[in-house]
Amino acid sequence: MSLRKSKLGLIIGLLAIFMMTALAGCAKEESPAPSENQPPVTKELKLATTTSTEDSGLLDVLLPEFTKDTGYEVQVIAVGTGQAIEMGEAGDVDVILVHSRAAEDKFVEDGFGVDRRDVMYNDFLVIGPAEDPAGIKGEADVLKAFAAIQEKQAPFVSRGDDSGTDKKEKGIWKKANISTEGDWYIEVGQGMGDTFRMADEKKAYTLIDRATYLALKDKYQLEPMVEGSPDLLNPYGVIPVNPEKHPQVDFEGATAFAEWLTSEKGQQMIGEFGVKEFGQQLFVPDAK
Amino acid sequence: MEIIIQGLKEGFQLIWQMDAEIVDVTLLSLQVSLTALVLAALIGIPLGAALALRNFRGKHIILNTIYTLMGLPPVLAGLLVYLFLTSRGPLGQYELLFTPTAMVIAQVLLAAPIVCGLTARAVMALSQEVYDTAATLGASRRQASLTIMREARMGIVAALTTALGRVIAEVGAVMLVGGNIRWHTRVLTTSIVLETRMGNFSTAIAIGIILLVISFAINMLILSLEKRTFRYENTIQIT
Repeated sequence: MSLRKSKLGLIIGLLAIFMMTALAGCAKEESPAPSENQPPVTKELKLATTTSTEDSGLLDVLLPEFTKDTGYEVQVIAVGTGQAIEMGEAGDVDVILVHSRAAEDKFVEDGFGVDRRDVMYNDFLVIGPAEDPAGIKGEADVLKAFAAIQEKQAPFVSRGDDSGTDKKEKGIWKKANISTEGDWYIEVGQGMGDTFRMADEKKAYTLIDRATYLALKDKYQLEPMVEGSPDLLNPYGVIPVNPEKHPQVDFEGATAFAEWLTSEKGQQMIGEFGVKEFGQQLFVPDAK
Repeated sequence: MEIIIQGLKEGFQLIWQMDAEIVDVTLLSLQVSLTALVLAALIGIPLGAALALRNFRGKHIILNTIYTLMGLPPVLAGLLVYLFLTSRGPLGQYELLFTPTAMVIAQVLLAAPIVCGLTARAVMALSQEVYDTAATLGASRRQASLTIMREARMGIVAALTTALGRVIAEVGAVMLVGGNIRWHTRVLTTSIVLETRMGNFSTAIAIGIILLVISFAINMLILSLEKRTFRYENTIQIT
């Protein structure tokens, strides 16, 4: 008898939990009442972009304004440049916003994207521990700084994930004609935030984009070593996916997005972004 | 569909060619997870058996805690280990973060509760009658306890396979405490994450196949051992 009772209790208990969840689900469905002074959002646009635009908070500022102006709601898929381009090639997204000029040009050449536009650029900096074992603090030329790091075999953490930042870094080693063989060169295959954290932990040098650096610098101890070198500039481009390759993509929306980003208003918002939060401009608009 | 077939093809090619990096990654995966499993077994089996066979105050609370820890989110386990091992953490001086040792520690944290909890369940499922029978036959307390463990070995083997399945397929903890460093702490699961993020879907699938094949082989080995042990005992037959 007591066994029966406890079983019954268990069943009632489970039912109660189940019902509460179900009720919570209902409540959630009812809550977002459409506001009447906003245009109804009916069109959705899929954007594949790099983690830097998302993590810096730039898109949070731009996208609501774009939605207000055009009625398109943008779904952001923030990944590495490599994967963003792959998504564009597969037609899984309508438009991409990435930063790797060589890969972008190939994307367009292969017919996957049309009408690439310059949007903005930001810059990278080399950061490292205050002890500065390679003695590169204040070096104006990043090529010389990298050579010093290799010569001293000072630990350097590389993204190693084929992202835009990773390609940029590999490009600098290549341009400086330096081999990265050796234990001092640590390829972690992770995102920028994680790479920063690991470099800090290992007291190593790393290459980082300014937006991520400013957003996270208070958490870690690495300091700026090299900045302003021409090889550290990082241009972003926006590319709608070619509707001839993938008829299902929303080319009209993608073009509207590209036009809006490069419009006077979009460009102005990009230029102002970061001044309030970080006291520093993060992206320099450069649409032609 | 095409990309999956492509992935399968590339997977077998990669295994066939014995690509040096893939071999390195695979061996490290095996090394870390098997070490973690052995340690988890050394902790979990005695603890689980003791919990099942002894009665003391607070037993249910402890059992309940262990059952809860069986579902410990890997990332959380990783984070705890990370905070202990970071250079500013209590064990920072040993410089274990981003080493295979750190990965083993995190996986033991995940596997030990599973081994312990499932062992306890397996033993509890049969303890009384087996113990009584053994005692009736004149066994000492110690002998009777050992008999129970022998009878529960099927359940303990199940506990070990479950734990191994959990740790070898786990990614959150090893990514965090290992750091996915090429040639040092990169394992099969973190490679899959990396290749996916880089858009190399077929390579990711290929590595996934290696992982599954390893799991399959290990389970096959365990099952065949089990069969040998039980050769003279009848399986249940419904006639």
